[in-house]
Amino acid sequence: MSKFFTQAVLIATVASGIRLAVPLLIASLGEMYGQRSGVLNLGVDGVMLLGAFGGYYAVLQSGNVWIGLLVGLLVGLLFGILTAIMSVTLKAQQGISGIGVYLFGLGFSDLLFQRWVGSPLPIASFPKLDIPGLSDIPVVGEMLFRHSIIVYLAFAAVPISIFIINWTTFGMKIRAVGENPEAADSLGVNVNRIRYATVMIGGTLAGIAGAALAIDLKIFQGNLTNAAGFIAIALVYFGAWRPLGVMAGALLYGFVNSIVLQLKTIGVIPRSWSDIAAMAPAVVTILALVVVAQRFRAPTALTKPFERGS
Amino acid sequence: MTSLGGIRQRRIIAYAVSIGSVLAALLLGALMLLAFSASPLEGLRAMLSGAFGSWKALTETALKATPLLFVGVGITIAFRANVINIGGEGQMVAGALLSTIVALNAPSLPAIVMLPLVLAAGIVGGAIWGAVPGALKAYYGVNEILSTIMLNVVAVQLMNYLLRGPLIDPNGANLIPQTQRLTESADLPLLLGSGRFHIGPLLAVVAAIGAYILLWRTPLGYRLRAVGQNTDASRYAGIPVKRTIVLALTLSGAMAGLAGAVLVFGSESHRMITDGSTAGFTGSAGFNGIVAALFGGLHPLWTIPASFLFGGLLVGGNSLQRAVQVPSALILALNGIVVIFVVSTERFRQRLLERRPVVGEDTTPLTGASADTAAAGPPELDSPDPPGVAL
Repeated sequence: MSKFFTQAVLIATVASGIRLAVPLLIASLGEMYGQRSGVLNLGVDGVMLLGAFGGYYAVLQSGNVWIGLLVGLLVGLLFGILTAIMSVTLKAQQGISGIGVYLFGLGFSDLLFQRWVGSPLPIASFPKLDIPGLSDIPVVGEMLFRHSIIVYLAFAAVPISIFIINWTTFGMKIRAVGENPEAADSLGVNVNRIRYATVMIGGTLAGIAGAALAIDLKIFQGNLTNAAGFIAIALVYFGAWRPLGVMAGALLYGFVNSIVLQLKTIGVIPRSWSDIAAMAPAVVTILALVVVAQRFRAPTALTKPFERGS
Repeated sequence: MTSLGGIRQRRIIAYAVSIGSVLAALLLGALMLLAFSASPLEGLRAMLSGAFGSWKALTETALKATPLLFVGVGITIAFRANVINIGGEGQMVAGALLSTIVALNAPSLPAIVMLPLVLAAGIVGGAIWGAVPGALKAYYGVNEILSTIMLNVVAVQLMNYLLRGPLIDPNGANLIPQTQRLTESADLPLLLGSGRFHIGPLLAVVAAIGAYILLWRTPLGYRLRAVGQNTDASRYAGIPVKRTIVLALTLSGAMAGLAGAVLVFGSESHRMITDGSTAGFTGSAGFNGIVAALFGGLHPLWTIPASFLFGGLLVGGNSLQRAVQVPSALILALNGIVVIFVVSTERFRQRLLERRPVVGEDTTPLTGASADTAAAGPPELDSPDPPGVAL
């Protein structure tokens, strides 16, 4: 066990925890926008898988990770629009329609991969960016400021989201539409337009999250996300619909996963125990769901399509 | 609304929309085949003959349909009580694990005792995995969609731990995460003298009929449906709403757990094996069962042919892969499209089946019942029309 508590291993563990949190953080922040406006999108994992394949394939063909990220973004936007049509315009049951998107994404991404690529060819990954000055700080610098660019971008999205949700007119409308769509409507807010916007943001970020995951791992395979998209949805509840809470949840998963990985590599614990350890964040999330359900209130109009009364 | 014709006519249109969803999905599938420069006609022929073309094909389809039917029946029970169970995958795993543990630890019992015992263990395992989110929803207000999803994650880790650790085959030299061959007295009896066809499909049909009787012929079923239609009215009528919600998810989980047990004891290897994911064990039946239940209009009896159809698609997908070299993952994608079409047209079908003219009614899909049913006494519960179910 003492081998684990060397400085080098600890630094590596924290740094990789932050890295592993990134896809969850991006997808979860996106899902938060939709939920704050009253739309639960259960299809995140499917969109992530499609974005992951799109990003992977684009990098494989072009060699440019940014084109990969852009393709992931566009795939996500497309499925964001489709999700909005289903949930907002057609008022489909949100607990189920997302499962359709999930199954489609799971099947279709695997189909395209097997048909177009076949074997898991490795691709380029994100360039690293050491923040000048800060990365030279001993220990902390190595943990926080020697990451690839996508990591900084993902964490920058947290304060940006706080600002948008709490301090902009758009954010105010999102909250109003999620809490009391009738009142928002009577004040002239276009409820469905706001929901289209938030669901499209959510889809776009889910696509980016998938592409970021594939590019970070430099690989694609069927079911690459292994339910990460579903965890991202739960993290929105875990974080009580607040960007900082969502970030805390994503970091919890990232750290536990990186600790488990480190322990496994060092060989401190048998393989089977690491599965028990990997269970911990899920159990913590369930407990957090209980606490959040007691202490916080979900957006009142969550999962309820809006219809103008007579 | 009267412009759409009589109720009979409208019901026919509603059925047509359901069937149309599958046809539209198949059409999209055909377009995908064209895009992969494979012949859609050849693909369709391969699928049909692979799924329904011979006695062997039919038995394979029935076997594939079995977990879908169990899960689908469980889904209908939960949905009738207005509880959404996304945890079929985890509940299948939990049922399979508990039944496997029982089979490994029970002394060599005769099959007549062993079989009911392991199947009951499957039911109990799944029921526990359903009861937890049920209790969390009823007593702590935790959204069951979230808790069932998270319990899927817990179940897969539990499975990986047990199969790599305590339950691993002691004779296996190369540390494959699987159990030893389970005791022969727990093998599901084979039927029709074939090599693989076991009693699983029959059990699933019995379960579907049982669920139908439960839902529409017993006071308990009435309570489940009443809670699903209108929670407040049910509470005023003296129905223990919280207990009913727990029960709905417990029964739903029990069905999925039984599916898991049948997968283990009806498998050719007679072992429980993991590849690290739930889908590796369940074949995504926990999700595909939702597709079958939806297509069966959330009615247990209609879920029987619906499961058979989707089982056929899955079996046919393998023939498709062999015939035109398009991966069978296509079928999973098509299942997703079916769900998307079915739920997206649900509103439209619901309108068609409204008996009264709709004047600015505030029927949100989740709560289903409108305010006037609460005022007019017991909610309307006697409409088991497949496609018109309020989701």
